Amino acid sequence: MLYTLLINGKVCKVEADPQMPLLWVLRDLLDMKGTKFGCGRSFCGACTVHSNGAPIRSCVTPVSSVGSASITTIEGVAGTVLGRSVQSAWLSVDVVQCGYCQAGQIMSASALLAKNPKPSDADIDKAMSGNICRCATYTRIRAAIKQAAGMPIADSRDTLA
Amino acid sequence: MTRVKDAARASGESRRAFLRASVAVGGGLLLDFSLPGALRARAGSAAASTLNAFVQISNDGAVTIVSKNPEIGQGIKTMLPMLIAEELDVDWASVRIEQALSDPARFGVQFAGGSRATPLNWEPLRRVGAAARQMLMTAAAQTWSVPVAECDTESGNVIHVPTKRSLSYGRLASKAATLAAPDLAQVALKDPKNFKIIGKSQPGVDSPLVVTGKPLFGIDVTVPGMLYAVFVKSPVFGGTVASANLEAVKAQAGVRDAFIVSGGPVFNGLAGGVAIIGTNWWQVDKARETLQVVWEEGATAAQSSAGFAKQAVELATQAPGSKLVADGDVTQALGASARRLEAAYSYPFISHATLEPQNCTAHFRDGKVEIWAPTQNPDAGRKIVAKTLGLTDADITIHMIRCGGGFGRRLMNDYMVEAAWISKQAGAPVKLLWNRQDDMQHDFYRPAGFHFFKAGLDNAGKLQAFSDHFVTFGENGKAAPSADMGASEFPAKFVPNIELGISFMPLGIPTGPLRAPGSNGLAFVFQSFIDEVAHAAGQDPLQYRIDLLGERRQVGAFDAGRMIDVLALVRDKSGWARRKVPKGSGMGVAFYYSHLGYFAEVVHATVAAGGKITVDKVWVASDVGSQIINPTGAENQVQGAALDGIGEALGQVITLENGRVVQSNFNDFLLLRMNQAPPVEVHFLKSEHPPTGLGEPALPPVLPALCNALFAATGVRIRSLPINPQLFA
Repeated sequence: MLYTLLINGKVCKVEADPQMPLLWVLRDLLDMKGTKFGCGRSFCGACTVHSNGAPIRSCVTPVSSVGSASITTIEGVAGTVLGRSVQSAWLSVDVVQCGYCQAGQIMSASALLAKNPKPSDADIDKAMSGNICRCATYTRIRAAIKQAAGMPIADSRDTLA
Repeated sequence: MTRVKDAARASGESRRAFLRASVAVGGGLLLDFSLPGALRARAGSAAASTLNAFVQISNDGAVTIVSKNPEIGQGIKTMLPMLIAEELDVDWASVRIEQALSDPARFGVQFAGGSRATPLNWEPLRRVGAAARQMLMTAAAQTWSVPVAECDTESGNVIHVPTKRSLSYGRLASKAATLAAPDLAQVALKDPKNFKIIGKSQPGVDSPLVVTGKPLFGIDVTVPGMLYAVFVKSPVFGGTVASANLEAVKAQAGVRDAFIVSGGPVFNGLAGGVAIIGTNWWQVDKARETLQVVWEEGATAAQSSAGFAKQAVELATQAPGSKLVADGDVTQALGASARRLEAAYSYPFISHATLEPQNCTAHFRDGKVEIWAPTQNPDAGRKIVAKTLGLTDADITIHMIRCGGGFGRRLMNDYMVEAAWISKQAGAPVKLLWNRQDDMQHDFYRPAGFHFFKAGLDNAGKLQAFSDHFVTFGENGKAAPSADMGASEFPAKFVPNIELGISFMPLGIPTGPLRAPGSNGLAFVFQSFIDEVAHAAGQDPLQYRIDLLGERRQVGAFDAGRMIDVLALVRDKSGWARRKVPKGSGMGVAFYYSHLGYFAEVVHATVAAGGKITVDKVWVASDVGSQIINPTGAENQVQGAALDGIGEALGQVITLENGRVVQSNFNDFLLLRMNQAPPVEVHFLKSEHPPTGLGEPALPPVLPALCNALFAATGVRIRSLPINPQLFA
């Protein structure tokens, strides 16, 4: 089937099996390698992209279900001021260890902040717990989200200073 | 991780290294670190030499430093060049970093394991930078006809101090390249108080590429004409293919070919299985739904986790197969003790679960193979590929690609030899990618272990007798990989009567090093049982440990004084014994020495009425020597390691049934998530010892510290992992 997709503001035509997950359309048909494969079952969040601004797991999203939705990937997240501020917070907090999950983390974080500009620690837990970081850089992911939001980066859960 | 230590010993540490200077392509200075007698192939390969030199200074002043070790998230691609740049005396922002090829003849041993990069490179790489600086100063002194002693450097320039003249490194590079390289042992190193790069936080050099989604990892590699492959192996370890419906698979959309690979019996080599290749990975993976294989499962099909647990209990009723330690008279001392304790502990098999599944791209043509591999140990992979495909080492080129996590998994190179073999048979470049189930069910697992402890205390609560019967895996008196225990396991040498015995059960599944191998299980059992002893003595568990360590002294490689100091530091920082702990909460402590690092950790945890566990906070105190090279990276590693250990304790188990792994994905093998991750406060105690590594040693003590906190909170002792919350319900 020929699909016309809207990805990072650009129209992309791609010939694909209707069941092929968006993840593999992006990675192997459109050569956009930023979105990552972790589990193939929506358990880890490495493949997170935005569909009309909402975070979705592209590994379980058949290309036939995308339709006219506007898809944003890590390659396009810098298209908004918010996206750029999240990327820049990730660098200034020095979040990354291996880095493999971070595209998915940044997509979940930028979707959270678009909806909730000043998230509480509980909001962060709720929005980010679908994204596994195997290196467990959670402390810094939390701090970077707050920095991008212009909030103090202290962890409100830490009452044992 | 014996293998890696041996490799390091054989090819680097004991042999004297030297530098060779030469003129770079296009002019400038090229400094190349070499080993005596090493094979060198400089002639006719100038471009490659340029890429792989340790340090290159171009005529325009650009400084390129090659990072020689694999990057797995430990931050080595940032840290190693920092060592050179510091002594070279250039601005960090002006340095360009290149990833080395795997080339042991040029770079010596290149691996990521054992937290070894810091101790192995701390001084040698600084000497490389200092040698380059010295040559540039000599070149300037000759240009000016002044004594070298009157010259100094500053931010990529040589200064003639009396006249304040200066020349940039770029202007001096070609002249410096004509000078003989100095003896590395003789070059002067900076006084650490003058460091400008070392000791200052330098963010990861690849992070800008990570946050913008640039292709960076093994899974992102693309080669022209590349096909995609999956490789289906026997669910029972060591099984081989009897038959498979290859024709039906070949008829599936996108499939180019499917074939049987016979494979061999060695785990870290080519296994038997069915390769499916095609034009996109999703389609070849989907074609597996059609694949039907009749497997020759072999003897391992009779093995199970439950069977091992039963067998371990039976073995524990007998004398150990051998004794690692037998000091004093444990039987007599136990009999004479005022208070006796016995406890059985165990931990399960667990998987590495790197978030990037195992993968490798290989291109076999004309009797040579080019490989793009996310690997922690490239040269070991080269040797397996050479042996399996009947090639020589020189026929194999390995690009070390950034790894989406390592944790020890990628010290093994099974995926590398699979990719090379499949490319050869396919006659095309091939990207092999395992799916998550492949990855979880074909690992080199952290071995399970069973410990049967006894302890005897005198009237004062002092530990007088201690014994452990460790039932582990192995055959013919030899432990399976990472299933061993050393004779220096604490409290050996700290208790007058102590016996550490070991018995082996034959195992048919592959095991291997997982972050802090050995230690990640042993710390849990020993530091938990010592906690039991402290409570039985009615004493503060932290002070009891300090008393058990006793005099400040060196015991083998272990410095009791350094451990006492980190225990005192974590007591202070955590508010131990001063903090008012609410009902349902508790604090636990543990210490552990591994990978040359001294770590003491305290966990504060809470158990709710229904048994739900919340880890409130972790405090880490450590002594890894005189210098934290990259503070931001160091803190990140320690926080990650502590949280990794919390994740292991709370959720991780690999269960064997009928010789196969039950778990298949992150719904049944549970990695720590954001909502479970407590704040981790990190403190480094600087001591007068050479700096040591940080990838691993922060992990082991957090598991017993957590379990000891849960005991303090509830009175329930955790003797088996993962923690079963039903014990608190």
